[in-house]
Amino acid sequence: MSSWLDYTINGLIVGNVYALVAVGLALIFGVSRLINFAQGSIYLVGAYIGWVAVVQLHTPLPVTIIVVAVASALVGLIIERFGLRPLQNSVRIAPLLATIGISFVLDQLVMLTVSPNPRALPSQLPDIRFQIGGGTIGPLDLLIAGVGLASALLLFVFLRYSKLGWAVRATAQDRDAAMQMGVDVNRVNQAVFGIAAALGGVSGLLVGMYYNQIDTAMSLQATLKGVVAEVVGGAGNVPGAVIGSLLLGLVESYGVAVFGTSYRNLFAFLLLVVVLVLRPNGLFASARQAPPEPLTGTFIAPSRPVRIPRWALLVAAGLFAVLPFFPVSFYVLQTLINAWLLGMLALSLTLVAGTIGQVSLGHAALLAIGAYTSALLSLTFSAPVGLAIIGGGLMSAALGTALISPSFRLRGHYVSIATLAIGEIVSLVILNWESVTRGPIGISGIPPLSLFGYELISPISIYWFSFIVMVVLALLQGRLLGSHLGRSFRAIRDDDVAARAYGLSLNRYKSLAFIFGGFAAGVSGGIAAHLYSYINHETFNTQQSILALTVVILGGLGNVVGAILGAVALVGLPEVFRIAAEYRILIYGIVLLLLVRFRPQGLLGTI
Amino acid sequence: MAEQHTTMLSLRGLTRRFGGLTAVDAIDLDLARGELISIIGPNGAGKTTLFNLVTGLDRPDAGIVRFEGQDITGFSPERLAAAGIARTFQLGRVFGNLSVMDNVLIGAHTRLRAVKPAVPLIGPLLELGLALLRPASVKAEEERLREEVKVILARFGERLLPRIDQPAYSLSYANRRRVEIARALALKPRLLLLDEPTAGMNPTETAEMQGLVAELKAEGLTILLIEHKLEMVMRLSDRVIVMDEGKKIAEGPGEAVRKDPKVIEAYLGHGLTKEQESAA
Repeated sequence: MSSWLDYTINGLIVGNVYALVAVGLALIFGVSRLINFAQGSIYLVGAYIGWVAVVQLHTPLPVTIIVVAVASALVGLIIERFGLRPLQNSVRIAPLLATIGISFVLDQLVMLTVSPNPRALPSQLPDIRFQIGGGTIGPLDLLIAGVGLASALLLFVFLRYSKLGWAVRATAQDRDAAMQMGVDVNRVNQAVFGIAAALGGVSGLLVGMYYNQIDTAMSLQATLKGVVAEVVGGAGNVPGAVIGSLLLGLVESYGVAVFGTSYRNLFAFLLLVVVLVLRPNGLFASARQAPPEPLTGTFIAPSRPVRIPRWALLVAAGLFAVLPFFPVSFYVLQTLINAWLLGMLALSLTLVAGTIGQVSLGHAALLAIGAYTSALLSLTFSAPVGLAIIGGGLMSAALGTALISPSFRLRGHYVSIATLAIGEIVSLVILNWESVTRGPIGISGIPPLSLFGYELISPISIYWFSFIVMVVLALLQGRLLGSHLGRSFRAIRDDDVAARAYGLSLNRYKSLAFIFGGFAAGVSGGIAAHLYSYINHETFNTQQSILALTVVILGGLGNVVGAILGAVALVGLPEVFRIAAEYRILIYGIVLLLLVRFRPQGLLGTI
Repeated sequence: MAEQHTTMLSLRGLTRRFGGLTAVDAIDLDLARGELISIIGPNGAGKTTLFNLVTGLDRPDAGIVRFEGQDITGFSPERLAAAGIARTFQLGRVFGNLSVMDNVLIGAHTRLRAVKPAVPLIGPLLELGLALLRPASVKAEEERLREEVKVILARFGERLLPRIDQPAYSLSYANRRRVEIARALALKPRLLLLDEPTAGMNPTETAEMQGLVAELKAEGLTILLIEHKLEMVMRLSDRVIVMDEGKKIAEGPGEAVRKDPKVIEAYLGHGLTKEQESAA
C-alpha cells in the first residue's frame, strides 16, 4: 500500500518535469504550429550547463537555476533567430526538419565538448526523506514541485497580464489577424522560444539532479516524452500540456510498478498512439472538432525534377557493376556495400515520405523487423538465407503496415510523431519480448549471406549481391511510379481532400505505399543482419531513421535516383574526406540544416 | 410517382452546426436529371458547407441526402465519387506537383479497371501487382484514358493542351480552375457540383466558362452551381436558390428570385462585407 503512494508521488514528480518540457512545446506549437524536435536538446544543454555550474563553479542552488535558465533561453533565442526565422516563408515541412537537424547538431556538440559518458550531477539539497502517510518525500521532490508550480504561475501571469503575453495569445489564436493588428510576430516567436528553452533547460537540470546522472542520450527521450505529454493534452494547449504531463508521469510510474523498469517508455508511447488514434486533438478537445492541419497544403517544395538521361543511368550502373574488376581496396567495396544498404532504406523512405508524403521518423523499425525476422528464420527454422531475407522483407511489409495503419488518418506533423513513437515501440517490444527476440542479449551467430547453397563471404560477392538487390528494388519502384499508383500516391501527397473527392482511398494507398516500402526496408535489414552476424534492439535506431531522411531530402523527395545518389554521397563523402566517426552525425545534422535552408527540393528535385 | 424517377439529388432538412453557428439550416432541395440549379447568397451563407455535405467531406448533424433514390447521407467522399458525383473546389485544389495530364487522369480514377480487381482483402495487392506487371490490358486502358483526357482538354481550346505536361503549380489561376473542371469531367459525372468556377476570372474568361457550362448542360449533365456572377446565374439556371445565414430564403426562376424582397435585403444587408470579401 505504502509503495503505491510512493509510485504516485514519483509519477507526479516525473510528470512535473515532463510538464516543463511540454509547456514549452505547447507554447511553440501555439504560435508557430511547429513541433520543436530540438526541445530535448535544450534540456540536455541545460543539464550540462548545470553540471558545469555545480561541479566546476560550485554555485549555490538558486544561482545554478538562474544560470541554467538564462543560458538555455539564449540557446533558444539563437535557434529561433538563425535556425527557424529564415524559414518563415519556406514550405511547411522545412521548420520541422530544421528542428531535427538542430537537435542533432546540439546533441553532437555537447557530446564532443563534454564526452558521451554519463556524468554525476549531485543534488545540492540535503539528502533527507520526510514521511507522509505511508510514503516518503525528499527536498528535491519538493523543489521540483515548487519549480513546476512557480513556472506555471509565472507563465500564467505573463500570458494573462503582460502586453507581450497578450501578443503571444493573439498570435496563437490567429497569426494573420495578429500580424494585421500590428503584433510583431518575430518578437512573439522570440519570447516563446526563450521561455520554452528556459523551462526545458531547468527541467534538464532537475532531472539530472533527481537521478544524479546526466548523459547525452537524455535528449531524444526528453523530446519524445514532452511530445507525448503535449499531444495527450492537445497540441498547443498549455494547461492541457501540464495535465498530459502529470498523466504521463503517473501512467509510467504505475506501469513500472506493475511490469518493471524496461516497460516505462513502452507505456508512454502506447499512450501516445492510443490518444493519436482515438482523440488526435488531445484529451480535452471535442471529438468532432476538425483536426488541426499544421502541415497540409504546400507540403513539399514545388520543383522541376532534374531529368537524367537513361544512357547516363545505364553507364553509371555499369561502372558500379564492374567496379570490383578494377584494383579497388576492400575498404572501398565495404563503404559502397553500406551505401547500397542505406540506399534500399532510402528507396523505402523516399516512397513513403516523398511520393505519398508521410514523413516517417521511425523508419529504422522496418529495418529491425526485417533483420530479426530474417535472422530468426535462418537460425530457428534453418531457412536458406536468401529465402529468410525475402521473409524479412515480407514481414516488414506486413507488420510495418499493420503497425502504422492506425495513423493513416493523421496528417502532417502528427504522422511524424506517430511513426517516431511506433519506431520506439518496436524497439521496446524487441527489448522486452525475450522468448522470441532474446531481449537485451540480442541475436548472435546469424549465418552469413548465402545464395543457392553458396556462401557469400568475399567482399566482392557481397558487393554484387547488395548492389543487384538494390538495383532491382529501384527498378521496381521506378515502374511503380510510372503506373497509376505513382500518380495516385502523389495526388494524395499534394492534396488528400481533393484526392478523396476523386475516389482515392487514403487507407488503401497509404497501405500499398507502406507495403512496398516496408519490403525494401525489410530486405535491407535482413541483409544487414546476415552481414553483421549480431543484432540487438539498438542496432537499428533513430539516428538511422534520421540519416535515411537526410539522404531522401538530399536526393529529392520521391526521387528514386536521388535516393541512391544521396546514400552514396552521405556514406561515401565522409570516407573520402576521412572524417572521424564521432563527427559524422554532426555533419549529417549540418547537411540537413543546409539543405532545408538552401535547397529543400534536394539535388535532383521532388518527383 | 413519376417525379421520383427524374429526381437525381434530393436534400431533406440538411443541417450542419459549428459550435453555436448553424452553417446549413434545414435545407430542402430537389434537383432533377438534366437540371441546372444555382445556389447564390452572400459569403458565409453556407453554400460551400452544403457542397461539402453532399460530397461527403463533412457530415450533417441532421437531414438526409438522397442520390438517385438511394440514401447516401454520411457516405465517404470516395464512395460518392464512385457513384458519379464530381465537384470542384472554391479555392482551387489541383495537385500542384502533378502535370495537367496526371491531374485530369486522377479524375478518371474511379473508372480505372486496373484499380479494382474484384477480390476482397487481396484486392489492393492485386492492384499493386497489376501496376508493376502492367499487362497489355492495363496499358491499353491507360492509353485510352490519355486520349480521353486530350479530348476533355480540347474543350478549353488552346488554354490547357499546350501545357499538358507542365506541373499544375506553374499554371495561372484561371488555368488551375480549368484543370479542376477537366478533372471533374474525367470522372464522367452523373452529377457535377461547381463551386464558383469563375472566381478570379476576367470578363473574357468568365464568358468562356459560361459557354462551357452551357455546353455541358446542353449535353444533359445535371449541375449544381455556386456562383456570384448574377448575369451568368440568370442565363444558365433553370432554378435559383438563395441562401443566407444557412437558410434557404428564396427559390424559383432567376427573374422571380431577383425581385424577391428578402433576397434584396439579404444582399444589401450583407452588401458591404460581400464586396470586401470578393475583393480579398
